[in-house]
Amino acid sequence: MDRPVPTDLPRLTPRRRWGKGAAPYGLLAPGGLWLLVFFIVPMVAMAGLALQEGTSLEGFRMTWRFANFTDALSKYDEFFLRSLRNGAIVTAASLVLSYPIAYWIAFYGGRFKTVFLFLLLLPFFVSFVIRTVSWSFILSDDGIVFGPLKSIGLLPEGFRVVGKTFAVLAGITYNLLPFTILPLYVSLERIDKSLVEAAKDLYSSKVQAFLKVVLPLSLPGVFAAILLTSIPAVGDYVNAAVLGGPGTSMIGNVIQSEFLVARDYPEASALAFILMAAMLVGATLYARLLGTEEITT
Amino acid sequence: MSEQPRIDPALLRGSLMPRISRRDLFRYAGVGAGALGLSSLLAACGVEGERANGTPTGGAEGSPEWWAALQEQGPGDLINFTNWPAYIDVARDQEGNRTRPTLDMFTEATGIDAVYRADINDNLTFYAAIRPALEAGQDTGHDIIVITNGDTLSEMMALGYLIPLDHSLTPNFNSQVGPAHKDPAYDAGNKYTMAWQSGFTGIAWNTKYVKEPPRKFLDLFNEDYAGHIGVLAGDGDDPGSYAMLALGIEPETSTPDDWQKAADLLIEQRDRGIIRKFYDQQYLTDFENEDLWITMAWSGDIINDKLYFPEFATFEFATPEEGAMLWTDNMCIPTKAASPLGAITLMDWYYKPDIAARLTEWNAYVSPVPAGGDIVQEDAATAKGANQTVLETIAGSPYVFPTPELSSKTHSYRVRTGDEVEQWTDLFLPIFLD
Repeated sequence: MDRPVPTDLPRLTPRRRWGKGAAPYGLLAPGGLWLLVFFIVPMVAMAGLALQEGTSLEGFRMTWRFANFTDALSKYDEFFLRSLRNGAIVTAASLVLSYPIAYWIAFYGGRFKTVFLFLLLLPFFVSFVIRTVSWSFILSDDGIVFGPLKSIGLLPEGFRVVGKTFAVLAGITYNLLPFTILPLYVSLERIDKSLVEAAKDLYSSKVQAFLKVVLPLSLPGVFAAILLTSIPAVGDYVNAAVLGGPGTSMIGNVIQSEFLVARDYPEASALAFILMAAMLVGATLYARLLGTEEITT
Repeated sequence: MSEQPRIDPALLRGSLMPRISRRDLFRYAGVGAGALGLSSLLAACGVEGERANGTPTGGAEGSPEWWAALQEQGPGDLINFTNWPAYIDVARDQEGNRTRPTLDMFTEATGIDAVYRADINDNLTFYAAIRPALEAGQDTGHDIIVITNGDTLSEMMALGYLIPLDHSLTPNFNSQVGPAHKDPAYDAGNKYTMAWQSGFTGIAWNTKYVKEPPRKFLDLFNEDYAGHIGVLAGDGDDPGSYAMLALGIEPETSTPDDWQKAADLLIEQRDRGIIRKFYDQQYLTDFENEDLWITMAWSGDIINDKLYFPEFATFEFATPEEGAMLWTDNMCIPTKAASPLGAITLMDWYYKPDIAARLTEWNAYVSPVPAGGDIVQEDAATAKGANQTVLETIAGSPYVFPTPELSSKTHSYRVRTGDEVEQWTDLFLPIFLD
């Protein structure tokens, strides 16, 4: 259906055209400003602090000392490696624990899906630190869990969890569980159930249907879950501080201690910066190599 | 004792305070416009250091004129007092509400309400939290804070973060303070501080698990108690000084070489894998729930627990044979405090002998007021019933009323100056950070 093109339309004024062009930027402005004020500016400030020299007593002066970065790295490389290792273990553990839960809620939750999700999130309405401290009481050597088990002889007297690496790993895994379950749930929930039926119609077993249909389709969720879990896991310091002991401190504890105990602000800033840069590079590489599109096509 | 206000006054005051000075405004505005470029922003983020440390004059904060002007205005009706946990007398009124008798008596006598918080668990972390406000010349929200003698206190004095006290306003202190707390090595002439209480660092053990009382500092690191051994960390003064005593070194006159030996000794013990954790005030919780069987501890904490709670009857405390480390927690007023006059009035209140006696009868620490000690002894002699046992124990404890024998082997911490602070921190901090 052809319509005659009207020739007497008022020409768009340049001003209106400029307005249209600027609209996306205008819409971005609040978010951009937010990022500038609460992310870029503090980050530049931290970078600046990382290049200074001095002591808490004498004050810190800008000397552009880039060696702060290499010093910090060589002094605390062990803690970086430990944090990366912990992050990897926690992410893996949390995926193994979360996938069945997310799967069950998505496929068998029925009309109670939201109830289950709510129940899952309920403990996380309590403050992070309080939850972690409660675990140190629950898991204390003769506490409500291990006390009875020890008295009936199921555990040896000397058995303990708090203060060891296992407690730190378990604590972080527990605290980050929702960050793993929720993205998994979202991607599993979106899967068209008739695809599974179709697979079965084509004589695939339940296991095959899962491996060839459900699992590949849920990979974007797995990708997001890994990203959302591993980043806070590597940087965590609360669990090591509350549930850990000698030999379990992570890089977050080093940064905290450099800021608050040694008050060596440049070194602390350098450490924080290295950690952030490492996570950024890691996440970018991960997205490049295993980006969701490549996985699903 | 007043009801705690719903909003933290520190937060409230902070949010009502002008955030940046005019000079800062220009500094930031320049940055915002990009006119001054990156380096000015970086410079703006610098951290100021040492400032003038003379006696303020001519109406400056802490000068005699300034205190005089405050007296004309009056002390106000509210002060914020921030202290360590389990450090002030507590009682229950008829309705079962928790009260703090010595503070309530202060409010009755002066009309000044005191909001009391037990927020200090560690000198360093507490200082780190209030340092930005101090550096920016803002009120920290605290009128009285209690800081142990050590690097933190020295730095606060050196940076001018404490208000010099006017001792014409402290009549009780002037007449009652004992020789041990008058003019201490770390604060000549009590210019900035007045002692709250002193105490011994020593070893506490639970006789349920530890059958052989520890005699020496190194008895703490016994394989039999693996995983149940607590070591205090802080700035390293406690474990560092005891390690030196164990090596036959006098802490007060020690040198960086001695510190290296002490640090090596502690690292050796740590690497045996038998220490549960390096602690701040939190050690007491773990000792109480029996995760710790033997631990470095602060005298009053253990004596008080043992006296007032039947379930802690198996707790014991002693200082090792090599010597005993005595510290002092000091009341001081941070700069730009909202009610300095009320603060100094309260500080002096605790130097009234009867008040000092009540405090020591509750927290079982060493009082800076000898006349208060006499009252404790008298009370113990006349008390009856359960109270009698408590008071007699406190009155008879060498860790509350040091015997000549204990005094003779009591040592002080080194007052570190200049580079020593950094050398010490570099040696000891990595030990606890493992």
